Amino acid sequence: MHPFTLDRPRDLAAALALRAQAGRNDAPAEYIAGGTDMVQLLQEYVRQPERLVSLAGLLDNRIEIGPQGLRLGVAATMAEVAADPAVVEQFPLISEALLNSASPQVRNQATMGGNLLQRTRCPYFRDVGYAACNKRAPGSGCAAIGGENRWHAVLGTSDDCIATNPSDLAVALVALDAAVEIRGAGGSRSLPLVDFHRLPAATPHIETVLEPGEVIAAITVPASSAARRSHYLKVRDRASFEFAVVSAAVALEMDGARIRQARIALGGVGTKPWRVPRVEAALAGASLEPQSLRQAAALAAENAHGRGHNDFKIELMQRAIVRAVEIAGARA
Amino acid sequence: MPGFIPEAAAQAADARPAPLDLVLRVNGTEHRLTLDPRTTLLDALREHLHLTGSKKGCGLGQCGACTVRMDGKGVKSCLSLAALVEGREITTIEGLAQGDQLHPLQAAFIERDAFQCGYCTSGQIMAGVACIAEGHAGSPQEIRDWMSGNLCRCGAYDHIVAAIQDAAGATGPARGG
Repeated sequence: MHPFTLDRPRDLAAALALRAQAGRNDAPAEYIAGGTDMVQLLQEYVRQPERLVSLAGLLDNRIEIGPQGLRLGVAATMAEVAADPAVVEQFPLISEALLNSASPQVRNQATMGGNLLQRTRCPYFRDVGYAACNKRAPGSGCAAIGGENRWHAVLGTSDDCIATNPSDLAVALVALDAAVEIRGAGGSRSLPLVDFHRLPAATPHIETVLEPGEVIAAITVPASSAARRSHYLKVRDRASFEFAVVSAAVALEMDGARIRQARIALGGVGTKPWRVPRVEAALAGASLEPQSLRQAAALAAENAHGRGHNDFKIELMQRAIVRAVEIAGARA
Repeated sequence: MPGFIPEAAAQAADARPAPLDLVLRVNGTEHRLTLDPRTTLLDALREHLHLTGSKKGCGLGQCGACTVRMDGKGVKSCLSLAALVEGREITTIEGLAQGDQLHPLQAAFIERDAFQCGYCTSGQIMAGVACIAEGHAGSPQEIRDWMSGNLCRCGAYDHIVAAIQDAAGATGPARGG
């Protein structure tokens, strides 16, 4: 690891005053919480901050469910949220996405906030032996375009970056219309999670809307009947402890045998957690017949753009949508 | 472990940052240490407390050889900075036996011959103890899923699963550690 100063502030106000910034390789100071992603990045010299500011013990870790919905304190661990009885009963999509993530040990260490802020698994980003990575070193180019890009995104890409966002949790939360509460020295703000991550465009090194000195304080998920009739389908290269090649989070409101409203987000295919509103609109009022599901799912591919090795994802993500809707629709 | 270290970074690594004073609670004993802030919990255990049962395989959270229990839960000690786990109760493989009395899962590993080279074994046992204690040892499939964070390059998986099944039957979730 590159040398850094480690601050362990006594309270959140002191931590925010240090104006660290998550998820930017050009930020001189960065926050650390569970550490499971940050320590890997430090070990491999992908991140070389001058200063690390610990959030350990400073942020809320409570899991609360009320008539309005779910509120997750951002310091709750993946394991705590996945096993929470009320989450399992009322928001099974979240529990499924978490239990299909990482390993049991990492789930005991990693926090909700860190999960949303984890960096891409693009092998070129994670290996400083490659000079070209616009996310790691702005302006250096992209080794994945024209390189080994089987794992990379087909939606939301740019000529500067085709890296995927690796979080399963974020895909489930985006499907459920979750919001994030952001806290900074100047106060708090809230915004839909779908607007939290940025498209890479010409600035892939800026991954989120967080400003220096801001942290995620909580995640809120509105109550809905659809949250219970849901499924998280994760397609991956091995059955456990692996990132998604493609994933689909589906939550359905049914009207008898027909879909009243579908909420669908995709993982493994977008440069950020990817909601598919046109597919959702086409499914409104549709039956669960394979033909109608297939026609609706095809709309997800409208602006998809493969780079060679990852072309198969464009077909695979449509099939994942169909399968996940069928499974969710069959649930009581 | 990181294989490629850029030259500039390697030089900078010689410029040691200010050390931190901290207290680690390991196997029921408090240890006062003064450490470089970059020290992981795994390196603190091995290099400073000389508890070398926890092993360093990848150093990146992928292999599980460094698994210890923190406040009763299985964690990868290579992914935690030591200075950030002050006040947590750490249990390593050295803290598992009661004197000469092996933990049931240690005994089951010997009985089932659940290792060849042994490098992953202490991590497998610590993860296995957590797997049993948290109630995830109900079937071979469930054990495989909940032990997926621990790799065995010798391929002793079948015997590891059998040992965990044996110990789960002997101890049950409530007494699993």
